[in-house]
Amino acid sequence: MSKSSDKISTYISSGSCVSPLGLTTEENIENVIKHQSGIKKHNDKYFDVDPFYGAIIEEALLDQKLKTQKIENNSISKIEKLMMLASSFELEKYGQYVNERTGLIVSSTKGNIDGLSKNEEQSSLNYLANQLKNHFKITNQPIVISNACVSGLMAISVAKRLIESKVYDHVFIVAGDVFSRFVYSGFQSFQAVSEQPCKPYSKYRNGITLGEASSCVFMTKNPSDHHFFEVLTDSSINDANHISGPSRTGEGLLRSIENVMTRGQLNKSDIDFISSHGTATIYNDEMEAKALERAGLHNTPVFSLKGYFGHTLGCAGLIETIISINCAQKNLIPASLGYDEPGTSIPINVTNSNIDRPVEVFLKTASGFGGTNTAVAFKKING
Amino acid sequence: MKKENNHILSYCSLSEKGILLNANNLLTFDEKKPFNELSKEIYKQLRLEYPKFYKMDPLSKLAFLAASVLIENNTSDIDENTALILANKSSCIDVDRQHINSIKDDDHFYPSPATFVYTLPNIAIGEISIRYQLKSENSFFIFDRFPSQFFADYSNHLIDEGISKNVICGWVEKNKETFEAFIYIVDPKGSTTNNAQNILNCYNK
Repeated sequence: MSKSSDKISTYISSGSCVSPLGLTTEENIENVIKHQSGIKKHNDKYFDVDPFYGAIIEEALLDQKLKTQKIENNSISKIEKLMMLASSFELEKYGQYVNERTGLIVSSTKGNIDGLSKNEEQSSLNYLANQLKNHFKITNQPIVISNACVSGLMAISVAKRLIESKVYDHVFIVAGDVFSRFVYSGFQSFQAVSEQPCKPYSKYRNGITLGEASSCVFMTKNPSDHHFFEVLTDSSINDANHISGPSRTGEGLLRSIENVMTRGQLNKSDIDFISSHGTATIYNDEMEAKALERAGLHNTPVFSLKGYFGHTLGCAGLIETIISINCAQKNLIPASLGYDEPGTSIPINVTNSNIDRPVEVFLKTASGFGGTNTAVAFKKING
Repeated sequence: MKKENNHILSYCSLSEKGILLNANNLLTFDEKKPFNELSKEIYKQLRLEYPKFYKMDPLSKLAFLAASVLIENNTSDIDENTALILANKSSCIDVDRQHINSIKDDDHFYPSPATFVYTLPNIAIGEISIRYQLKSENSFFIFDRFPSQFFADYSNHLIDEGISKNVICGWVEKNKETFEAFIYIVDPKGSTTNNAQNILNCYNK
């Protein structure tokens, strides 16, 4: 993996996250390692007349936590609370790097969408981004990425590019989406919601479980401690096939992975694990298996974290990267929760228990509506 | 040190006044019409012959029409490695309103998958990518105003780093009866340097 000397490398912090698995990053990591799930059965008529599964954060607990972090929580929406809380943890560690050379990227698919009928302006993504800009005290105009379910991972790719092209020296990314009536009803109409907690790659999988979460990372060209990972290479290639149905050939995901491997001069054997998308819909998981096989990565350990967090949409790619980095630090490959019997027509190496093994390089992938795919490779720097 | 190797090769704007291609009038709209009606007329006048157009949400229709004018007039420069970067202010708010009206209360609950699928702004990118087979870098961004500097920085990076052969950038804003599309090709060829000032100049023509 040789690099010319004038090339800027980009590094990512081990990150902060907030989810039903825990209101601190440490709780989230611990609970993933212990195979706890944030998905529970809920009975809330606002979302559904019938009981349903979801990964939802209790707002009273969130409010308590905000108080301890000294964040004003009067008249702000749940998504602002979530995103400010995750940000506050990252600011405690890296707030000293907020300056005129620091950018802010906000990743969300729908922001405070259920607020749309009450107040259009305050439910907009620009409003959310400006609230976060003020929270971070960043002077540069925030960049919002709203690119379906790859947004959180694509944000890392975009931040890397902005640092490499010397637009910024540092970038904070904050990602979040909430469990909304808007999105839940939409996926229900698609008949894509599972009647049980989602089971990525399983023979018995039958759809997604929605979740809510927030996450935040600090990216820089000068890592300040050994917890950082290098962001090696990245690619986001469209399937150009269908706006909602995953490509049957996995073409866009395959090309994204191939670009990452080629540009990073990575061999298949360099990839210690793949933190995949794994929504647990029949067609998404099938598409991913096809792409992994075509990329020659079907024997590499792969897991989806949707069984822990549900599908957190614009947050998914970032929170799953954070969990993957933290597991890699511990030389651990987590179990793909919900997986039991193989359920893709092409066999892939889905983890069914935690694996203790040295991890140097891992691949993170995501795919979404609009035919969008992203792949990014990460490398440990203290190895 | 900023490289100045890339250029604005061609640009198209679509507003309530008409369609301009490289600042020349392509279509002029004499009377003000609702976007829904107007977009169908433009589609017919351009002879696009792509019936999927009728199923699209307003944002995708707007982006698709402007992109089609640009791409069909520059076919030899566009291939599957042409990146597509779109941005706007209001995301896909028209179709968001439509979906939210369909789930107002339990007595009026009729969410439609055909509507819901469009409630992501990057679906407009998907529609254009499918029609013109762009298997390429693609992202949808939201800004509170036209991001000329960001477009310049990001498109130059994609080309300079060999990530994409060239880049289609577009501002596609659609909210109720307000609509505006400005979409252009950044390419190593051409004479107008791809920088924020030149992008703004083209945008303001």
